[in-house]
Amino acid sequence: MPIPMRTSLQNLDLEAGRDLSFINAVAKESGQDLKSCYQCGNCTAGCAYTHDYDIPVHQVMRLVQLGRKDEVLSCRSIWLCATCQACTTRCPNNIEVATVMDVLRHMARAEGRAPERLVKTFADSFLSSVARHGRVFEAGLAMVFAIISGKPLQDAGLGPAMLSRGKLAFWPHEPTGNGKREVAEIFRRFHEGRPTSTAAATPAPSTQPTEENAK
Amino acid sequence: MRIGVMVCHCGNNIAATVDVEAVAAAAREFPDVVFATDHMYACSDPGQKTLEQTIRDLKLDGVVVASCSPRMHEVTFRRAVERAGLNRYMFEMANIREHVAWISLDRKRNTQKATDLVRMAVEKLRVDRPLTPKSFDVQKRVLIVGGGVAGIQAALDCADGGLDVVLVERKSSIGGVMSKLDKTFPTVDCAVCVLGPKMVDAGQNPRIALHTCSEVEEVSGYVGNFEVRIKKHSTYVDWTKCTGCGACQEKCPSRKVPDAFNENVSLTTAIGIPFPQAIPKRASINAEYCLKLTKGKCGVCEKICPTGAIAYDMQDEFITEKVGAIIAATGIDLFDHKKCGEYGAGRYPDVVTSLAYERMLSASGPTAGHIKRPSDGTEPKTVVFISCVGSRDRSLNRPYCSGFCCMYTAKQAILTRDHIPDSRAYVFYMDIRANGKGYEEFVRRAQEEYGVEYVRGRVAQVYPQDGKLIVCGADTLLGRQVEVAADLVVLAVGAEAAHGAPELAEKLRISYDAYGFFMESHPKLRPVETNTVGVFLAGACQGPKDIPASVSQASAAAGKVLALLSKDKLESDPQIALVNANRCIGCGKCERTCPFGAIRMRELRDGSQRAEVVETVCQGCGICSVTCPVRAIQLQHFTDSQLLAEVNALCRTWDETTE
Amino acid sequence: MSALGYYPGCSQSGTAAEYDISTRACLKALGVAMADVPDWTCCGSTPAHTVDHFLAGALAARNLIQAETAGFSRVTTPCPSCLAALKTANHRLADAADPGYRAEVERLLGRAAPGPLEAVSTLQVLYEQVGPQGVKAHVARPLSGLRVACYYGCIMNRPPGLMAFDDPENPVAMDELLTACGAEVVDFPFKTECCGAAFGMPRLDVMRRLSARIIEMAVSVGADCIAVACPLCQMNLDLRRGQVNAAAHTDSRLPVPYFTQLMALALGLPDKDIRLDKLVLPFGPALAAADEREKAREAERAAKAQAKTAAKPSDKETQPCA
Repeated sequence: MPIPMRTSLQNLDLEAGRDLSFINAVAKESGQDLKSCYQCGNCTAGCAYTHDYDIPVHQVMRLVQLGRKDEVLSCRSIWLCATCQACTTRCPNNIEVATVMDVLRHMARAEGRAPERLVKTFADSFLSSVARHGRVFEAGLAMVFAIISGKPLQDAGLGPAMLSRGKLAFWPHEPTGNGKREVAEIFRRFHEGRPTSTAAATPAPSTQPTEENAK
Repeated sequence: MRIGVMVCHCGNNIAATVDVEAVAAAAREFPDVVFATDHMYACSDPGQKTLEQTIRDLKLDGVVVASCSPRMHEVTFRRAVERAGLNRYMFEMANIREHVAWISLDRKRNTQKATDLVRMAVEKLRVDRPLTPKSFDVQKRVLIVGGGVAGIQAALDCADGGLDVVLVERKSSIGGVMSKLDKTFPTVDCAVCVLGPKMVDAGQNPRIALHTCSEVEEVSGYVGNFEVRIKKHSTYVDWTKCTGCGACQEKCPSRKVPDAFNENVSLTTAIGIPFPQAIPKRASINAEYCLKLTKGKCGVCEKICPTGAIAYDMQDEFITEKVGAIIAATGIDLFDHKKCGEYGAGRYPDVVTSLAYERMLSASGPTAGHIKRPSDGTEPKTVVFISCVGSRDRSLNRPYCSGFCCMYTAKQAILTRDHIPDSRAYVFYMDIRANGKGYEEFVRRAQEEYGVEYVRGRVAQVYPQDGKLIVCGADTLLGRQVEVAADLVVLAVGAEAAHGAPELAEKLRISYDAYGFFMESHPKLRPVETNTVGVFLAGACQGPKDIPASVSQASAAAGKVLALLSKDKLESDPQIALVNANRCIGCGKCERTCPFGAIRMRELRDGSQRAEVVETVCQGCGICSVTCPVRAIQLQHFTDSQLLAEVNALCRTWDETTE
Repeated sequence: MSALGYYPGCSQSGTAAEYDISTRACLKALGVAMADVPDWTCCGSTPAHTVDHFLAGALAARNLIQAETAGFSRVTTPCPSCLAALKTANHRLADAADPGYRAEVERLLGRAAPGPLEAVSTLQVLYEQVGPQGVKAHVARPLSGLRVACYYGCIMNRPPGLMAFDDPENPVAMDELLTACGAEVVDFPFKTECCGAAFGMPRLDVMRRLSARIIEMAVSVGADCIAVACPLCQMNLDLRRGQVNAAAHTDSRLPVPYFTQLMALALGLPDKDIRLDKLVLPFGPALAAADEREKAREAERAAKAQAKTAAKPSDKETQPCA
C-alpha cells in the first residue's frame, strides 16, 4: 500500500519522524550513499517484484532517506526482494539498491519482524540444513519446509516427476572431509554473535525442528 | 629603502578573525618599513587614494598591501602605485583573507600568521627590482575552430568588426548540429531557414577564409602572434573546379554508405554533398567506401564530372596561418546511445536517438519529413520519448544535466502530434528544466494544447513484443510501475564534449574538465576567456548549451577578440625567465623542458652554446628555473634570491615563535 | 595455464545433476582441465546473504580456502548463485577500505581468510577458454534447425561491477556458444529477467507469475526450447511448469535444457553425458521440430535448385547472341 494512505488522517511530520541513527545504520551497513538517490524510479520501473510489493522500492529508498524506520522495517517489500540485481545494475547513481534491501531485511530480522513469514522460514530452513549437513539437503529442506509452512501439499505434486528422474536424493550428499564440521563451527560462532556490535538477525535456533534433530 | 604597509580589514572578512591593528603595529618594526596602517577597504577609492598620497608624502620606494588574493586586486593596487609614480612591480601583496581569515577562527594564531605573511612580503619587496614590460606587434586576424552556429556567429561578428577570420571546420560543410535540426524551440521555426543566411554570409564574406574538412594540427606562439598549422584533409575533389552540381552523387555506384549527416537513418553515396544548404557546396569523396579508392576500379565520377574536378590522387595538405587570437567553438557530440543496452539502443531499429528523429522530421531529411519506423516504414501511432539518456547519470559518468534535452523533447513531442494528429506521445522525465525565455510556457503548451502525456519516472527497459516496443517505466507520482506499448522510442540523448576536444585543448594550452569541456577563466566573470591569454571560448565546447546561449557566447567572444585586437601593440608581461649568460653552461636542459618552446640555444663566437629566452613566448611558468643545474636562468620577480628572502623571513619568525 | 578448480554447488549433486554431468563432459571434451575443489561445502547462496553478510561471506570463503589450499588460482562453478556468493566474498575481502568485513569473516571461519582468488562461471570459462570457434571445431552433430531462447537468469551478469563478464543487459556468451553448435538462437528479450528465484516454496504465486512471463515470451519468439544456465531457473521453468501452467491457464510444454546439455549433444557425447532424460519436460519434441524445420528447408533448397536448373537452358539460348 502506498504511504500516503497510512497517514491520510495526519500530516507526515518530517522532523519528528526522522530516525537519524536508522539512516546512518543503513548507510553504514550497506556502504551506500543513500542521499544520492534522486527518486527517478528506475529501480521500481525494472523490479520484477513491484507487483507484489506493498511499498515500491523507490519509495522504500525515500522512506530510508527520511528515516522512517518503522514503516520501512515493517513492510513486506524488503522480504519479497529476490536480489535479482536489476535495480543495482540500472541505478543512475550507482546505488546498490539490492544491498540496501538486504540490510533492511537484516534489521527487520533483528527486531523480530517478518510480515512475510514463509520467506523468512525458507531462509532459516535452508541455512539450518546447511548448518547440519555442510551442504543443502534439498529433499530434507523441502520436507521440513512443507511441514513448518503449513502447506504440506503445495509441492507434493512435484514428487513423482522428481522421483522418476532420480532428482530426489533420500540421503544428504555430505562433504567427505572436515567440511561438515567446519560449517557447523561457522554457524556456532555466528550464533554466539559478534563480540562488539549487536549480532544481526539469527535464525532462532530453538524454533527450528531441523536444529532439534541436529542435537 | 622606504617601505609602506597597508593592512586591510575587508569589512569584517579579515578583521573579524585577525587583529589588523596589531599586524600593522608589528609591521612598523620590520626593516625598511617607514609607515604601516590599517584600512577598512584598501581596494576602495579612499583606500587607494590614501595609498597614493602616502607614497608621495613619504617618498616610499615600495608598498605591501595585506588583503585578499592577488587574483582579485593585484591589478588594482599595481595601478595605484603606478599612479603614485612607482614601478608597478615594487608592490607586494600578502593574502591574509583566503589564506588566513577565512580558514581559521583562532584570532591569536591568525594574527601571528598574517604578521608572518606581511614580513615575508616586506622581505621580498626589499630585493624586488623595477621591471618594464615590452610591447610587440599583433596580427589582426582571428582563428575560429569549429563552424557550428557559435563559430559562424563569432566569425561574422569578428569580420564585421574588421578582422580577418580563419574559420576551420572538421566536416565538409559548416552548420554544425543546428544544420541537422528540423525546427527550434520555443518558436518552432525552421532551423535551417534561420541558420542558412548566416551560413551563406560566412561563405561569402571576403574577410572570412573557410577551411572545411580541416583540423588544427599544431598551435605555437602567443597572444597577438599565434602560428597555427592546419591540416586540410583530402576531399579527392578539386574544389576550385567543383561547382556543386551533384552529378557525381547521382551516378556514384557505391550507394550503401551510412549517411552521417542523416544520423545513419539512411544511406548515401561515396561521393556527394552532405545536404542541400551545405556551405561550401562542394562534393567530397568518402575514401572508406569509394570503389576507386578501395578497389581501384570504377572512376564513374571522374567520367561524369563536367569540370574535371575529381582528383583521386589528392593528398592531405598543410597550411600555416598567423593569427592574433583564437576562438574555440568546437561544440558537442551526442551521447552514444548504444551504451544504454537496457533500451535496446543499437539493437532495435525502432529505438532511435533524438537527432535521428530530428532528421526524420525534417522535410529535407531521409524520409522527406514523414515520420516512419526504420524497421518497416510504417507511421508510428504511439511514440515514447525517454529523457536524460546519458545525462544526470553517474553510472555512465555523465552526472551533468545537458540542459536542452527537456526542451527539444517537448518540441519533438509537439511536432509528432502535428505530423500525425491521431498519434499519442509520451515523455518519461525526471524533472523538466525549462528555464529560458518562453521555455516553461512551451512545455505547458506541449502538455495542455498538444496533449503530450508526461510521466514522471525513468524507464528501466525496452523490449520488443509482437511488433511493438514495450516501454517499462515507473510513474513515481503514482508510485507504480507503468508500461507503454510503443511503435517508436526516441532517446533524448545528452551532450558530451566533441571527440578530440581534450587533444585540441592541449594544443591550445587551455584547461578542460573531466568530461572534455573547455574551462573558462572564471565561471561568472570571465565566461568566454580561458587561462591562456588570447584564446576564447564560444558555444557548447565550454558546457552544454542551447542555440540562444551559444550564439550569445559567440558574440561575447567576438567582442573580446575585437577589444583585444583593437590595439596595434600589446604589452608583454616582464615576469618571464632571463638567462645570465655568464653562468649558462649551454647544457640545453631548459630548452628541452620548456613547455612553450620559449627557449632557444644561441651559439657564441667561440662556438659555445648559451640559452636565450624568447620574451614574447615565455609564459613565466618557471620550469626552466628549477631545471637549470647552475641557476643561470631566473624567473623575473620570482628569482631565487627573492623567494629565499621570503623563506628566510618565514624561518626567522619560526625561530622566534618556537624558542 | 593457471590451475582451475571446479566447485559444483549443492544443486548440482541433487536436482541439477544433469547440469553437473553435462558441464563436466563438455569441459573434458573441449580440453579444459579442471579438478574438483576438495571437500567443498555450501556457498550460502541467497538465504545466507538475506540473513547476514558476514555469515554469507564466511560460508563462501571456506570454499575459497579449500580451493586455495588445493593450489587452484581460479575457481569455476556452473551455478550463478554460487558464483555470486564466491565473487562477493572475494570482492569484499579484497576491499582494503573495509577491514571490519575481513575481521568478522575470519572470526566466523576461525582462521585467516583466503587471499584473492578468481571465481568465474563455467559459461565464462567455456566462452573465453574455448570460445565459439573452438566449440565449432568440435561439433559432431550440429543442432541444425533448433530454435533456442538463451536465458541467462538474473544474476549471471549482474551487477556488472561484480560479475564483470558479458553485457548485463544483453549477454551473448551463451548465444554465441550455441550458435557455434549450429543452433538458431532467437532474439529473446527476457534473457536476464528474474524467474521468481527461490520463491517457489515460500511464495509460489510470485514465482509462477514471473516464470509464466518468461515462458510466454519464449513461446512468442518461436523458440523450441529455453536454454538455461542456472539450476534454480531450470527448476522453476521445468519442474514447476505444471504449477505455472495451472496459474497462467496455459499448456506450454517448451523444454528447458541446460545450455551444457545442448553443447554436449552437439559435441556428439554419449547420452550418459547429456542426461536429457532428467528433464521433466521431454526434449524430444524440440528435436523433432528442429528436424522437421531442417527437412522443410532442405526441400525448399532442392526446389530452388531445381527451378534454377530448369531456368538454365534459356540462359544458354541467349548466350550465343551475347
